[in-house]
Amino acid sequence: MFSWELLGDAIVLGVLVGCFYAAVSIGLSISFGLLDVPNVAHPALLVLASYGAWLLGDFDIDPIVAGLLLMPPFFVLGVVLYRTYHETFEKRGSDAGVRGLAFFFGIAFIIEVGIIMAFGVDQRTVQAIYIGKSVEVLDIRIPMRMVVAFAMALLLTLALTLYLSRTFLGRAIRAVAQDEAALRLMGADPIAIKQWAFGIATAVVALAGALLIIVQPVEPTLDRAYIGRTFCVVVMAGLGSMSGTLLAGIILGVAETIVLTLFGASWAPAISFTLLLIVLGVRPQGLFGR
Amino acid sequence: MGGVGRHLGFWIGAAAFVALAFAMALTVRNEYAFFAGFVVLQFIVLATAWNILGGYAGYVNFGTSAFFGIGVYTAVFLLKAVAAPLWIQIGVAALVGAALGLGVGLLTLRLRGIFFSIATVAITIIAETLITNWKFVGGATGVQLLRPPVTEPFDSYIKMLFVIAAVMVVIAVALARYVQNSGLGRGLRAIRDDEIAAECSGVPTLNLKLVACALSGALMCAAGAPSAMYLQFADPVSAFNLNYSVSALAMSLIGGTSHWIGPVLGAILLATTQQLLTVTISSEVNVLVLGVMLVLFVVAAPEGIIGLARRLWRWARRRTS
Repeated sequence: MFSWELLGDAIVLGVLVGCFYAAVSIGLSISFGLLDVPNVAHPALLVLASYGAWLLGDFDIDPIVAGLLLMPPFFVLGVVLYRTYHETFEKRGSDAGVRGLAFFFGIAFIIEVGIIMAFGVDQRTVQAIYIGKSVEVLDIRIPMRMVVAFAMALLLTLALTLYLSRTFLGRAIRAVAQDEAALRLMGADPIAIKQWAFGIATAVVALAGALLIIVQPVEPTLDRAYIGRTFCVVVMAGLGSMSGTLLAGIILGVAETIVLTLFGASWAPAISFTLLLIVLGVRPQGLFGR
Repeated sequence: MGGVGRHLGFWIGAAAFVALAFAMALTVRNEYAFFAGFVVLQFIVLATAWNILGGYAGYVNFGTSAFFGIGVYTAVFLLKAVAAPLWIQIGVAALVGAALGLGVGLLTLRLRGIFFSIATVAITIIAETLITNWKFVGGATGVQLLRPPVTEPFDSYIKMLFVIAAVMVVIAVALARYVQNSGLGRGLRAIRDDEIAAECSGVPTLNLKLVACALSGALMCAAGAPSAMYLQFADPVSAFNLNYSVSALAMSLIGGTSHWIGPVLGAILLATTQQLLTVTISSEVNVLVLGVMLVLFVVAAPEGIIGLARRLWRWARRRTS
């Protein structure tokens, strides 16, 4: 059964899948990692965006273009979500933990069931020229859709890293993450900045959702598998670290493909959660903890 | 003052409740009433169990389905391995649940807030994956189970399960009530309000959390055990369904977490609505209603039904005086 060749294939594919995992997690890395919002609805939003891309696919719109088109409405959705969360939970202070979590859990459920009721439980796929083809690199067959997702993931991570370190607003977001009170004393409005940042995070989810439906068929309850993956990546990365997100994504991707080749698909769902538990137990601050 | 009377009242009420369930089982003919009633009672146990940890101590457990599913599969395993009778299935499930609860309790050593919650989701998925890959209990395809002949004086198995569920409700609620009124409950509330301050004031936080987790886990697993015989079928996807987690959490928060009656009211209200909706419209709609109610309540009525009732009571008193 075991062969080095298979393992090599698994690692190459794992790196590609890993970068894709980084891309779907990076929104959470902002909303949960930097802003401390317990956004368990993140994977549900991801699947929602995939369905958006699927719907736009009916008008012959390329999934990536669809993802870009979905960014503005998702930005607004993010702003509204954060505003509601802030007004009802953050402001009230105590006990925000339990109810805030329940709030996002409830939102995730509403999205999931909403999708089931609107489009049924069938798997959905999109069409594009790069889906279904494959390229051969060093004797390893790599599906073209993985390459596209890989490239987009790298671009997205790079863009966000630059945005957070080079632009004024990006630096403001990181400042909010570091010390909200200090920011308030400087005369800035931390809530406005967080609202903006949550909007950005949700907009990024729109693009990531388009990548998701490029990489695999999407069904309404897919978000449950991605609770593990996204939180595993974000926690392993160290909250709010963009480059860490990329590395953590790759670690998860490689681990998943190796287990998949060695033991079979039925073990796949547990890998991300097991890694997550190990990270939480051994190094809760993650690889690049702040 | 009134302490003894209150205890007496509670236990008379509990006895009357079980007696009523028993009398119903002996007289009512319609099987469906028990089929639906069992689910409602089951959710009262789950919500009450959730509230011991989530409501009193403030640790949000998304892993109700892990405990429930493990309860189901403990029963399946005992049935297949040694053909154990139902009460042994439930008892062993409670022990397994308590042990697993202790494990979850140890997690709280390092994990708070969302980290704890996500870790409980992790346990659910890992448990589900393990069961899926365990051929003896049916693996991914599930397993058919045969009910043993029903014991006297019941004339059908569902009715017997209904009475057993009623007894479990009484045990769960009595435990929750005891926790709430004892030093344990005061300690847990101190943990919820400020864990570090509680630790500094000499509250043995770890011990209290472990006890709460073990109790909560034992009740959840015990609630799952009769479910195997109820459905005569078990498969990992439905046994570990995340709907159990969201239901237990939603019922507690909607009813109100500060008093044991909250989860009971929430569970009766929501589970009954769900039964009606599942029959009349569809099972998707009932999950949607659950989600919408949960979000509405945490946003608009953070104290749940109890809070609303208290406000109404105060308002009525002001009007009369």
